Amino acid sequence: MKKSIAVIMILAICVLAAGCGRSNKAEKEQEAVQTIAAAEKIVVGFSQLGAESDWRSANSKSMKETFTSENGYELIFEDGQQKQANQIMAIRTFIQQEVDYIVLAPVTETGWDTVLQEAKDAGIPVIIVDRMVDVSDDSLFTCWVGSDFELEGKKAAEWLYQYTLKEKIASEEIHIVNIQGTIGASSQIGRTKGLADAVKANGWNLLAEVSGDYTQAKGREVMESFLKQYDNINVVYCENDNEALGAIEAIEAAGKTVGSDITGGEIMIISFDGVNESAINYVLEGKITCIAECNPLHGPRVQAIIEALEEGKTPDKFAYVDEEIFSANETVKDLTIGDTVYPVTILQPEDAK
Amino acid sequence: MNRIKDKFKNITDTNLLLLITVVVFFAMYIGAILFQGKGFLKPQTFFNILNANASLIILACGLSLVMITGGIDISVGGVTALVSMCCAVYLDYKGGNVFVSMLIALAIGLAFGIVQGFLVAYLDIQPFIVTLAGMFFARGMTTIVNTNPFNVANENFVALKETRITVPGFGSVNKLGNYVPAYIEIGVVVALLTVIILFCVLRWTKLGRSFYAVGGNSQSALMLGINVKRTKFLSHLICGLLAGIGGFVYFLHVGSGSASHASGMEMNAIASSIIGGTMLTGGVGNIIGTFFGVLSLSTIQNIVSSAGLDQAWWTGITIAAMLCLFLVIQSVVMARKQKTEK
Repeated sequence: MKKSIAVIMILAICVLAAGCGRSNKAEKEQEAVQTIAAAEKIVVGFSQLGAESDWRSANSKSMKETFTSENGYELIFEDGQQKQANQIMAIRTFIQQEVDYIVLAPVTETGWDTVLQEAKDAGIPVIIVDRMVDVSDDSLFTCWVGSDFELEGKKAAEWLYQYTLKEKIASEEIHIVNIQGTIGASSQIGRTKGLADAVKANGWNLLAEVSGDYTQAKGREVMESFLKQYDNINVVYCENDNEALGAIEAIEAAGKTVGSDITGGEIMIISFDGVNESAINYVLEGKITCIAECNPLHGPRVQAIIEALEEGKTPDKFAYVDEEIFSANETVKDLTIGDTVYPVTILQPEDAK
Repeated sequence: MNRIKDKFKNITDTNLLLLITVVVFFAMYIGAILFQGKGFLKPQTFFNILNANASLIILACGLSLVMITGGIDISVGGVTALVSMCCAVYLDYKGGNVFVSMLIALAIGLAFGIVQGFLVAYLDIQPFIVTLAGMFFARGMTTIVNTNPFNVANENFVALKETRITVPGFGSVNKLGNYVPAYIEIGVVVALLTVIILFCVLRWTKLGRSFYAVGGNSQSALMLGINVKRTKFLSHLICGLLAGIGGFVYFLHVGSGSASHASGMEMNAIASSIIGGTMLTGGVGNIIGTFFGVLSLSTIQNIVSSAGLDQAWWTGITIAAMLCLFLVIQSVVMARKQKTEK
């Protein structure tokens, strides 16, 4: 009896000691960091939405490599694990910690009004990266850095259109399935719209659209069910590379081949991002026919904005990143969207990673 | 000295586990203030934890009740998602009023509670299996109601969502030199009321004591003349109802409907209950403990991220370590109980 109470007490003390020990370590680290750069550092709170894809990891890495203590920054990184509630909590924590800048990569477009208002009231500028926020008042955020997702979708669709023209494939013979991204994300909305508009304009057959949540596992799962439902699929539009990798696994497991020879019975894969190494290699092997790039290196761009703000300048409200379109197939040389001509970057074997 | 010893002898398992939870929570929070600094000293940090976790508190209360009777309910997260989606669709597409949406939330929760309670108590099916089915059903239904996540723009609802109750005397001055009063959201009031009411019911009513009796030993409870089936049924019913209320509070906090809402929330609720001193084997548990369990869980998440351990899995690992620790403490307490019985 006495013994067990003693055991409990010891355990309780262990808990306390463990708790204090950790904090002590953290504090020491903090002190060490502080002595290096005498508290003059700019504190940036970054709420990243998650770590679902290679694009996202490259994006996080870019931010971490930019906002280092050597560059005069202290970065507080919060992973939202795909939950908006976590991201809202992270922003509130940043406000309480009185960071100098908040950088937000939102998981969805809507539902940010209240918390961004709180940041504004606290006098902390908010920079949105990647996906867009849909707020009633644009002054709630300072500026936005990211990609024109609809343009990416248009590029990919235009590539397919040009290809069918050159190869003389009738538009009604095109049977597309779309493995969508996380529903509600700007990238999904833009890329889906880019495809939907082209389908309407060109008279292609869009068989189905299902979300693969930007992951390889989900992409494979969705593709497997598509293959069971339809036997005439010849184009798979994957809204990111990870989904494309999953789709290729599923197609090959079903005994079919991927490639650009649609009339010869191959299934064409069109994808987005161009960050994943194996996806680039697959382009060279011809397994992925084309990839519309989505540039993840936002760190330096955000840094430029913060520097401009520090100098009292007003940066552009919306900053689009320049992006390319990759392919190893030389059929299509360039794309015309609106009045702009986008050359297709033909990948060479030395681009292999 | 003897008196202290006597006090220790008389302390019940429930109270001992509660004591440990409360002590650990305060130690953790004070530790965070002393060593972490960075905002923990501001009362609003604490209120933010409350605001963000009001729904989790309510769900965990319901779950504790079921766990006290020896059952489990893993459908609460799914019910939360379903409630948010149904209310969102109703308020947005139908332009309905907020009061009716509350009734919808309660009805959904109650329906889940009644069906699951009936299957568990009267058809004697394992609660884990029943509520697993409930979870899949709720998640599936959520997607059927609406696939796309969207925000609710209903004016009355937004007004209710934005309502803030200021807590006098806890405000702080921000960077711009403005005084910002500390606030809590309406959900927190609901959560606190739930905790208080459930605590009183469990402590002082015949029904409340019968939950413990059924969970502790259902055979003896039966011999004591307690209607075991009815008690189990009631525990699931109340848990379902609380899932409905918690779902609405969650909806009120996020203000949107989405199929991915509240994913994994049932697991957080179970973890909070265990940290709060509720035993999976039943018969032991305390609602106040559950309350502190939720707070401990989210405080540790806050500490982990402010300590610069940026990767999300660190939170998971810390929570796992914490759960392990509390399970060890529980088994020690059980061992103590068996010794005293001898």
